[in-house]
Amino acid sequence: MATHIPLDEMHAPQQMGEETHRKLWLEVLHDWVTTVDHKKIGLMYIGYALFFLVVAGFEALLMRIQLAVPNNSFVSPEVFNGLFTMHGTTMVFFVGMPILFGFGNYLIPLMIGARDMAFPRLNAFSFWISAFGGFLLYYSYIGGSGLYGAGSAPDVGWFAYAPLTARVFSPGHSTDYWTLSLLLTGIGTIGTALNIVATIISMRCPGMTMSRLPLLPWLYLVTSGLTFVAVGPLTAAQIMLMLDRYLGSHFFDTQAGGSAVLWMHFFWIFGHPEVYILVLPAFAFANEIIPVFSRKAIFGYPAMVAASVGIGFVSLSVWAHHMFTVGLGPAENTFFVLATMAISVPTGIKIFNWLATLWGGKIQFTVAMMFAIGFLFQFLIAGLTGIMLSVAPFDWQLGNSYFVVAHFHYVLVGAILFMLFSAFYYWYPKITGHMLSEKLGKWHFWLFVIGFHLTFDFMHVPGLLGMPRRIYTYEADRGWMIWNMIISSGAVVQAVATLLFVYNMVISYFKGPLAGPDPWDAWTLEWATSSPPPSYNFAETPEVSSRRPLWDLKHPDDPDSDYESGPGHRRQAKEKSA
Amino acid sequence: MFLSQGWCGIAAIMSSASGADPTNIFAPAGTPANSIFSLSMLVLSVTGAIFLVVTGILIYVIVRYRMRRNSPDADQEPPQIYGSNQIELSWTVIPILIVVMLFLATTRVIYTTEHAAQPKDALQVTVVAHQFWWEYRYPTLGIVTANELHVPISDPKHPMPTYLTMSSADVDHSFWVPRLAGKMDLIPNQVNTMWIDPQTSGLYLGQCAQYCGVQHAKMLIRVYADTPQEFAAWVARQQQPAANDPAVAEGRNVFMHNACISCHTITGTVATGRFGPDLTHVGSRDTIASGSVPNNPANLRRFIQDPANFKPGALMPPMHLNSHDLDAVTAYLTSLK
Repeated sequence: MATHIPLDEMHAPQQMGEETHRKLWLEVLHDWVTTVDHKKIGLMYIGYALFFLVVAGFEALLMRIQLAVPNNSFVSPEVFNGLFTMHGTTMVFFVGMPILFGFGNYLIPLMIGARDMAFPRLNAFSFWISAFGGFLLYYSYIGGSGLYGAGSAPDVGWFAYAPLTARVFSPGHSTDYWTLSLLLTGIGTIGTALNIVATIISMRCPGMTMSRLPLLPWLYLVTSGLTFVAVGPLTAAQIMLMLDRYLGSHFFDTQAGGSAVLWMHFFWIFGHPEVYILVLPAFAFANEIIPVFSRKAIFGYPAMVAASVGIGFVSLSVWAHHMFTVGLGPAENTFFVLATMAISVPTGIKIFNWLATLWGGKIQFTVAMMFAIGFLFQFLIAGLTGIMLSVAPFDWQLGNSYFVVAHFHYVLVGAILFMLFSAFYYWYPKITGHMLSEKLGKWHFWLFVIGFHLTFDFMHVPGLLGMPRRIYTYEADRGWMIWNMIISSGAVVQAVATLLFVYNMVISYFKGPLAGPDPWDAWTLEWATSSPPPSYNFAETPEVSSRRPLWDLKHPDDPDSDYESGPGHRRQAKEKSA
Repeated sequence: MFLSQGWCGIAAIMSSASGADPTNIFAPAGTPANSIFSLSMLVLSVTGAIFLVVTGILIYVIVRYRMRRNSPDADQEPPQIYGSNQIELSWTVIPILIVVMLFLATTRVIYTTEHAAQPKDALQVTVVAHQFWWEYRYPTLGIVTANELHVPISDPKHPMPTYLTMSSADVDHSFWVPRLAGKMDLIPNQVNTMWIDPQTSGLYLGQCAQYCGVQHAKMLIRVYADTPQEFAAWVARQQQPAANDPAVAEGRNVFMHNACISCHTITGTVATGRFGPDLTHVGSRDTIASGSVPNNPANLRRFIQDPANFKPGALMPPMHLNSHDLDAVTAYLTSLK
């Protein structure tokens, strides 16, 4: 049976009163600060994350200038150590998390046919407390003082290994800024994760069973579940660290019998699921974008769900692969080798299912799709270098070298950021009502691909040649210079490409052609309402009877609902109806 | 093209291995590094094969199934395929088999390296990492030195490995000499062990691989693999008491009447500090500032004047000696061969 979505009614009433009077900026500001609308909160998350993306990207550029040649003195060691700490912390907590939660906030209610998140006020609270965490971290540049009072930003590295964070080694307040900002952000993160789970569980429109839930909300459900488990230990560890620093406890105080390794366990039981918290939303975007531009349903929906849930579970037992050189002993190392290798199986299933979705399709090379294909290719490589690192003895060589830095930037930039760019090109028309320029987008894509590969392909090499991470300079006789020069030049190309992207977003907002409700001829519910959607999302609650309600609407003669009893069903090519 | 990625790069590094790159992990010179090298070749070939197959499919798919605007059925949707249990099963089982194979190969190397039986005459060295330098103690030989580790070469017929018992005096560090072995962390309040057995004599370089503070970058490692004769000569010299040359008595006097003695040890004198490197035979070392600069009077003088000249953030304070005293102390330390 076909669905009954009153398409025409849904893009009827545009935002009212737009023409009646121009709002004062104070009114606009008041509107945004007090909003509980999931779309506005989503956009604030995204805007906030983009701001920090530029900040942390700038920090990366400074580091690359410093490392371009050996024994450089562009920045002092104290400043450099602050830069990599701030770059890592910012990118993970104030770019990656908020931007993914931003997209989730914006898209999930629309995709499940709801009018808002389950807890709109909690949503606003979570955003503002997370945002406050980010600004608190940067306030350290004014109020902190780092290791030995040198430098002012936190300079203990983004995983802040004990006992370097103890007051004897890190006097002043820079480490406190780091601790408190992560503590606050963690509260916001858990709030939003809770909201996402509640929304997906209880706010789905009539007919949307869990087996008809689009894959994007499915993966956000897994990511949010992981967030519950992972962020708790991090928050606990931050509290223990505060107790150590100010109330004389000795959890991590090795001089008094505390354990440095305990911190590592606490941090990585958060830190490794965190990687999957960040990458699952990227998978979620791919699950929506690759089918639309292949013009085919996702291949193996149940397998994709199972693989995502499987990744979620296994990712909770791999953390100590960050600790192969800590001296845990052969039995522990062996266990974490196996768990880490095991996660490559569900991850592989995902890659194969995306390839099978492309197979037999009619692939449209929009900019969104180009970024998605870049994601597939780079995520494959990131996975393979991940397998290399899971081989503990190989990791004894590669761990903490530039090879690891290259590997996780392949995941974070090559996979996640590429998929984020793809998501921007895909959903920008829905969010603003205007298309992004495809021409500028292609420039952005190719420049970014060139810059990315210059930087991160060649970054593997100094790692193989023995260059450890987090060094502010290096010896001239190690043969690392040529590689570092190439890496640094690629960073500049990436920066130019990113500026082009920002320019595209600004110029298209004012001059981009109108998008209409459904510019990509897509199939999920967010495309059934106007662009941008009204504050109530849908004038009438939609009702669905398959995973692709708009496909059913567009092909009433051949709806998905006829085929969704399970996998293994193949639809014949439809005849062209005259 | 830049897309050709790591494997070409790896091949390029390996071809240039032996010569110019002193810390290349693909130029192993000892048993642990060697077994890692063999394992890594297996892993590289498996992952390389997966890369070629999957990338091949990806390229085929995006070329073969690209949208063709002028084909007769351009305005039709392609056949919709929802999935296939058989296919899902096949690309689940094959990766599992590959994982099992890699896991078994990995386990073997983990156990042969971490559980290796220790020969009776293995040399024992205690390594204590400090913020930005390395302390080496030879308990059986009665030697304490810093930053330059001397070990005998190990002949495969008569294995003479060196066992390192490691800990840290302050924060986490990591001992990494890529051509000899994988890295091992030095963690305060914990004892770790590792072993090395360089098979050809020479100098092996490395550096601290766990971020440990401001001067993490200049916490360099130098391992001298000596022939048995060289090693015996080195041991004999290090076991001598500190030189006491009357020609540098003035510098000795300056040293013994300044704060130097609170942090440094020179055997047979009042200098018994433990916070900084043992200086009993500092004049015999090739480098100062944990491998940062060659050990010559000019560098030594600049270092004593203000260690930040070479290592900003080093824990030794500038000594505020006048020029005359600086010259005297430099001469004294240089005489401690």
